Amino acid sequence: MMNTELFGIVTMFMVALLLAIPLGRYIARVYSGERSLLDLVMGPLERLFFRASGIDSKREMDWKEHLKVLLTINMVWFLWAMFVLTNQGWLPWNPDGNPSMSADLAFNTAISFVVNCNLQHYSGESGATYFSQIFGLMFLQFVSAGTGMAAAAMVFNALKQRTAAKLGNFYDYFLKSMTRVLLPISLVVAVLLMFNGTPQTVEGKDSIVTLQGDSVQVSRGPVAGFVAIKHLGTNGGGYYGANSAHPLENPSYFTNMVEMVAQLIIPFAMVFALGFYLKRKRFAWMVFGVMTVGFLLLAVPNIIMEVNGNPNITAMGIDQTTGAMEGKEVRFGAAASGFWSIVTTVISTGSVNAMHDSTMPLSGMNELLAMMTNAFYGGAGVGILNFFVFIVLAVFISGLMVGRTPEFMGKKIEAREMKIAMIIALLHPFLILTGTALAAYGITHTPDHAWLNNPGSHGFSEMLYEYTSASANNGSGFEGLGDNTPWWNISTGIILLLSRFLPIIGPLAIAGLLAQKKYIPESAGTLKTDTGTFGVVVFAVIAIVAALSFFPALALGPIAEYLSF
Amino acid sequence: MNAQQPTSLFQRALVMEAVKQSFVKLDPRILMRNPVMFTVEVGTAVMLVVSLWVLFGGGGSQGTLGYNIAIFLLLFLTLLFANFAEAIAEARGKAQANSLRKTREETPAKVVGADGKITLRSSSDLRKGDVFVCEAGDLIATDGEIIEGLASIDESAITGESAPVIREAGGDKSSVTGGTKVLSDRVKVRVTNEPGESFLDRMIALVEGASRQKTPNEIALTILLAGFTLVFIIVCVTLQPFAGYANATVTIAALVSLFVCLIPTTIGGLLSAIGIAGMDRALRANVITKSGKAVETAGDIDVLLLDKTGTITIGNRKATAFHPAAGVDRNMFIRSCVLGSLADETPEGKSILELAGADVTRGLSLDGAELIKFTAETRSSGVDMPNGQRIRKGAQDAMKRLAERAGNNVPSDVDTEVKRIASNGGTPLVVAENDRIFGCIELQDIIKPGISERFERLRKMGVKTVMVTGDNPLTAKFIAQKAGVDDYIAEATPEDKMAYIKKEQQSGRLVAMMGDGTNDAPALAQADVGVAMNSGTAPAKEAGNMVDLDNDPTKLIEIVEIGKQLLMTRGTLTTFSIANDVAKYFAIVPALFIASIPALQGLNIMHLSSPESAILSAVIFNALIIPALIPLALKGVAYKPIGASAILRRNLMIYGVGGLIVPFIGIKAIDLVVSLFI
Repeated sequence: MMNTELFGIVTMFMVALLLAIPLGRYIARVYSGERSLLDLVMGPLERLFFRASGIDSKREMDWKEHLKVLLTINMVWFLWAMFVLTNQGWLPWNPDGNPSMSADLAFNTAISFVVNCNLQHYSGESGATYFSQIFGLMFLQFVSAGTGMAAAAMVFNALKQRTAAKLGNFYDYFLKSMTRVLLPISLVVAVLLMFNGTPQTVEGKDSIVTLQGDSVQVSRGPVAGFVAIKHLGTNGGGYYGANSAHPLENPSYFTNMVEMVAQLIIPFAMVFALGFYLKRKRFAWMVFGVMTVGFLLLAVPNIIMEVNGNPNITAMGIDQTTGAMEGKEVRFGAAASGFWSIVTTVISTGSVNAMHDSTMPLSGMNELLAMMTNAFYGGAGVGILNFFVFIVLAVFISGLMVGRTPEFMGKKIEAREMKIAMIIALLHPFLILTGTALAAYGITHTPDHAWLNNPGSHGFSEMLYEYTSASANNGSGFEGLGDNTPWWNISTGIILLLSRFLPIIGPLAIAGLLAQKKYIPESAGTLKTDTGTFGVVVFAVIAIVAALSFFPALALGPIAEYLSF
Repeated sequence: MNAQQPTSLFQRALVMEAVKQSFVKLDPRILMRNPVMFTVEVGTAVMLVVSLWVLFGGGGSQGTLGYNIAIFLLLFLTLLFANFAEAIAEARGKAQANSLRKTREETPAKVVGADGKITLRSSSDLRKGDVFVCEAGDLIATDGEIIEGLASIDESAITGESAPVIREAGGDKSSVTGGTKVLSDRVKVRVTNEPGESFLDRMIALVEGASRQKTPNEIALTILLAGFTLVFIIVCVTLQPFAGYANATVTIAALVSLFVCLIPTTIGGLLSAIGIAGMDRALRANVITKSGKAVETAGDIDVLLLDKTGTITIGNRKATAFHPAAGVDRNMFIRSCVLGSLADETPEGKSILELAGADVTRGLSLDGAELIKFTAETRSSGVDMPNGQRIRKGAQDAMKRLAERAGNNVPSDVDTEVKRIASNGGTPLVVAENDRIFGCIELQDIIKPGISERFERLRKMGVKTVMVTGDNPLTAKFIAQKAGVDDYIAEATPEDKMAYIKKEQQSGRLVAMMGDGTNDAPALAQADVGVAMNSGTAPAKEAGNMVDLDNDPTKLIEIVEIGKQLLMTRGTLTTFSIANDVAKYFAIVPALFIASIPALQGLNIMHLSSPESAILSAVIFNALIIPALIPLALKGVAYKPIGASAILRRNLMIYGVGGLIVPFIGIKAIDLVVSLFI
């Protein structure tokens, strides 16, 4: 049985990888404006859109214009989502009669979906309507993924071997990310899910009679389409409160595989797209290699720990041959759930198919570390942007170590780029640690905030996890935390905004500044960035920044819990 | 000053001066420039306040007075060590520059007044534009330019080279340096600098820090270090509420210690010392730099323009073979060649005598002979002997004309020989007697031994070498190939050099060149690193950003290595400093929380004896590592041209992995000692 479980995991990874390489080539073609597969179908549609909106998609923009457009349209979406969520009670398509959201919950939810995080302080069954799920949340799941991809496309453009200020058109990159990548693939995923039992309907609750003879109301809705983009766009916001652990959201091991591949494929493909776009395939493989090493170092221990189960439970004489099954679904098993727990946290998906709160202490630590590093694969488009910041830092340090002013892709890295990279690298620990510190202070001094399910180290982990998830734009929850209160809604909302847009602005600014610099051809003295040695430096920088910033917090949370076992 | 004289790293007098400076530099206004060490100073001040608080009976939970004072003293020591590193580097640089400057302070100068009268004034009173006279035996008072006369000058005080050099008015050899001595003749010199503005004065000011500006790279690194400092401020500040949640009391001493240990104090303390030491190393190589940036840029050079003569080849061409025409007796031919060259003062002429050997030259004399000088018209020179023998030597076409006018043919074997020599990069010199061509002399450039290895070394560093020569393209190509340079500029004019530099710069490369003449000045200014020879003209020296006191064109290679070393030392020590933090965490974090969460004893993998000794050991290690690394900071990390990736691997192993392991051992060892006392 063990072997079958392992086979399942390896298959999911390999299928995603094998699909991602051609997809990467295709994405590179799309962003280079070359002829591609869907020209015939989507070309006229795109032209119609641009003609109707009066946008000139041929006009090239500099990095500041890219950012201006990006931030403006995101602002509009946020306002739209706020309107939908606070008014969903009377808006159409509400067969179950769910109420409108409170202002602070709507604020948190709207931001959360705009920033591709999907932290959910509500349950979809009762907290949202079909209208708000489709036109509010699902719409945002598409456009937020498209935003990240379009931003990455600009960075690709900026890293070309030339000196330029104009770096393509944001609307063009954005629309093409939607029409050429996200829509067609999510259509395929949704169909696969539908055929395997995920509902797709606008009818209200169904009532069934169970084997025990009870009558049960079952929530339905446009689930398949929602779940498809939820994974493909690395959003992670579930249709149901229980997310992908819910039997209708993720009915079988097969749908589990489909959802797994769907969330891996775009982050994988964006790395290869970078390689194809810049014609630096070796570099892409170096990036992918570093990401994969980091991923495996987190995933493998988790699978082992979850499969082995909790020694304290074994000591009570309970059979654990199937692994640590508390909080897990029998149809997925311990191994696939352990694997999922790291995939969903390294990638900023944040959908869960098991309760992370119930994983082993060090598994919890690995899930935290996955989000703290926030650079192994990462979210759609933004993953590669986060990684880019670490590359800049690694280039700087290793450039010095070989006795040459650091350069990346033929451009010199100087004080301005370092300043931006450092601020972005600092932001993540700052938001996580400050947020957790404030919450820890609050709970210590006003113990009647009944936020925490568990006292001690585990309770600390719950708070740390919530802020880490918010700052990594991940959206998964450790659960056990009473998080639908104004404090958590507003504080995580603010962190979400900062941790989404600053890490987009930073890399775009660095790339924009680099693009304007003189291109320096490679010489024997130039440090090659597509080698294993450089990969080691990048990995070390990521590991050290994460380890050094978060070690004390982890020591008080999961490590203390583990050592107290 | 003598470049070769080895100076020990820590001379007594220098150390005394540096110790004094270490205290002066505690002034927060000075320390502000270095954000890392400034925060250490703030931490030290906090610990002083806490110690006083405990002393006067407050701070019940803050630990014993002795413990708090110990932490305070250790932090104070950390600051002093960091200041000492900078001070010793400064003191060494200053001593080096002072020994240069001393020679020319208060040298009396015979100043020529407007009315032509000569008055004696001290060198420090000389203004730019003043004119003074120097005669045999005089020390030249200050940097200047000869406006009248010619003199042989002993420059050994500056260059260490004992052979005197000739300096004369006009042309590219008119510049004199203060502190050198006139051996013969008399010259009039015009002062070229205001007092205190000569290159040396600027250099001294740079080292002293008065005008030292951070280089762009230093600024970028400071940002990185400031970033890490900020991260650890966040980590340490948030630790307090975390500890509150865990019901742990964390003493201020422990928090401050954790903070100081985590921020990159090692590189923060050594950073400016590394920069100063770079300039100092350049000075030791007898190169005066006008800014720290120039040294740094030198490490990035992609293209190196080198003059052929003197750099790639030894001086001028030399005669390497005699080729008599068919039917001409070889000895007779050599004898004629020698006669024709006896009065020839050019290096080529002398080399012909050398090749012929003393045996032949001894018996010959030019008594009663008439010397025929080289003119642009005849393009040949020679001698008319009293016995009527007319010997001429010159370029092939000139000699051919000479022979044909007299009705003689050019022997075909001489013709082929001439062509062979030319195609081999040599210069043929045809010799005729009484208008009949007797044969030819082969002149060849002698490539300096070992030069092609040096070019290979440069190639491995990623530096492209370009030979600049006035030779024709054929000769240039041949020598370029033989010496192993990557490219050449033949029949080069100053404009050609300039155009070449601009072309390379346009494609993003950094160019270094060396020059001495006034007509090199624009190119020197255009180049990213322009090294002017000390013997060069004032405009050339003004245009470049370095001056080489030795007038040694191969110096550029050393300068490139010094620049690379400078960056590498910074990079490796940064890596080392940051890698150290892992061990420090394992020492301090368990010590902070062990009282409230006993399980965290599991993190105490070094098995340090008590929380107090763990924290003290980490702080002691953190302080001691700074003086331990001062020698490395001053000498620089060894540079080997083995390719960028190989260097990276090597330095990662030594300073990255080493930086992880060393503190584990160090802290454990210190703990063993400390635990004996508490």
